Amino acid sequence: MTTTPIRPAPEVRHDALAGADSHVRLRRLAPRQLGALGLGIGPLVALVVWQVASSTGLLPEQQLASPLTAVTTGWEMLTTGELLPHVAASARRAYLGLGIGVALGLGLALLSGLTRSGEAAVDSLVQIKRAIPTLALIPLAILWLGIGETMKVAVIATAVLVPIYLNTHAGLRSIDQRYVELAQTTDVGRAEFIRRIALPGSLPGFLTGLRLAVTMCWTSLVVLEQINATEGIGYVMNRARDFGQTDVIVVGLVIYAVLGLASDALVRVVQGRALSYRKGMGS
Amino acid sequence: MSAVRLRDLTRSYGPRTVLDVAGLDIEQGEFVCLIGRSGSGKSTLLRALAGLDGDVAGDGRIQVPARRSVLFQDSRLLPWASVADNVTLGLRGDGVGDAAATALADVGLAGREKDWPSALSGGEQQRVALARALVREPELLLADEPFGALDALTRLRMHALLRRLVAEHRPTVVLVTHDVDEALALAERVLVLEDGRVVLDHRPTPRTADDLLAERRRLLAALGVDEDTSTRLRETA
Ligand SMILES: Nc1ncnc2c1ncn2[C@@H]1O[C@H](COP(=O)(O)OP(=O)(O)OP(=O)(O)O)[C@@H](O)[C@H]1O
Ligand SMILES: [Mg+2]
Repeated sequence: MTTTPIRPAPEVRHDALAGADSHVRLRRLAPRQLGALGLGIGPLVALVVWQVASSTGLLPEQQLASPLTAVTTGWEMLTTGELLPHVAASARRAYLGLGIGVALGLGLALLSGLTRSGEAAVDSLVQIKRAIPTLALIPLAILWLGIGETMKVAVIATAVLVPIYLNTHAGLRSIDQRYVELAQTTDVGRAEFIRRIALPGSLPGFLTGLRLAVTMCWTSLVVLEQINATEGIGYVMNRARDFGQTDVIVVGLVIYAVLGLASDALVRVVQGRALSYRKGMGS
Repeated sequence: MSAVRLRDLTRSYGPRTVLDVAGLDIEQGEFVCLIGRSGSGKSTLLRALAGLDGDVAGDGRIQVPARRSVLFQDSRLLPWASVADNVTLGLRGDGVGDAAATALADVGLAGREKDWPSALSGGEQQRVALARALVREPELLLADEPFGALDALTRLRMHALLRRLVAEHRPTVVLVTHDVDEALALAERVLVLEDGRVVLDHRPTPRTADDLLAERRRLLAALGVDEDTSTRLRETA
């Protein structure tokens, strides 16, 4: 653990305007990474346009609340303590579903990636599941599991399972045949092969799947929380729709975005540390 | 007693027989270089000795020691495992860490145990692979163009290192190369393979520079390169 992933040299500037003098630099074949500032430009411009459109009356309040109104509403909901229980309720569902889905997806991927019979049994089933939109499973899920929490968590778990399975499985499949030969010539047994070659070799794929999964676990909530829920961000947003409170809807959307991006950022940190052995371009 | 014994060994891809060795015995501790043109079946023979050709059609009897190590052309280090973990891959028991440290010191990489393979140069990576091959005290060391990807200078150093370590550990060695000079620098016995058959089995014993040139000419002739062509190639290179 003595090496760190290659970072751009400190003297490299990251704002979007750097590059004005790029003709004197070596041409790079891989694009330079944008800093946080660079990545923020798009959303910032969108926000300004949105605010201007709202202030000038171009975008009426009943269509979409202005950013400033939404921020005020959000702050009020937060300080009155109205918001947190809803966020907590949603987070509980999302992360319970995520945990179960990740465990299932990982287990199935290992089963199918490491054994022929496992692949025969599992792979096409998951491929079929992949072709069916998660939300289309809700009617059946309700019939089987009722309209309570179990159904909601189960739907999230089955949604999350798919990217975890697909990416981990692809990771296992793409393990270089040369390493299998290496294992054969170094007396590596089955258990050690899994531990020292299969698992680390499929880790990049698994982490890619996890990045998709952590955002995905939130997306089904809006619909799921329309069903027999008295708590949760989805519930709040649906109630706001009934009352025409576009500002509350915006607050809900922002919460989803923030939670999704924060989860993604967390996984990226894990990714960076776990894959620090690679000297790669970007991530 | 022979360490390696082959009888009527054939290997084929589809209808094409790419290896056909009637008989071959290699003495315990012998250093054999296998040379031959591209496609002559060198890797096929080596993989048969290594037991890595389970999916290739063929026949014959192979008798090889149980403790074998293979050195590939690429270093084939696991990128996600430290240098030390790469060296001890497949080894169990206490003292494995010490063994790794010793093996790494042997190849001049003392103190690099914790590094990632990506932090090493190509030559250093191949030295780790050599440490990994030798740490398990093989009776038979099989190498398929192990220095093919290295620059000429590094290759010369690797020759010296390999000679020293082989003298120390005394394994039987079968090393594939397409480089006649490498074969002459390393081998006690040179086998020339052509279309899957051994067409020359020779123990070069050069004492003088002239001997060496004569041996070189002889091996090149067996490879179908006459000296004129080879010198001309050298001059234009
Ligand atoms: N997987 C394969 N499928 C079909 N033919 C193969 C396969 N592997 C090798 N061959 C054929 O077998 C013959 C011997 O191949 P081999 O790899 O042993 O040659 P080589 O002497 O090692 O050559 P090089 O010096 O180029 O490595 C070649 O003609 C090659 O085309
Ligand atoms: Mg070859």
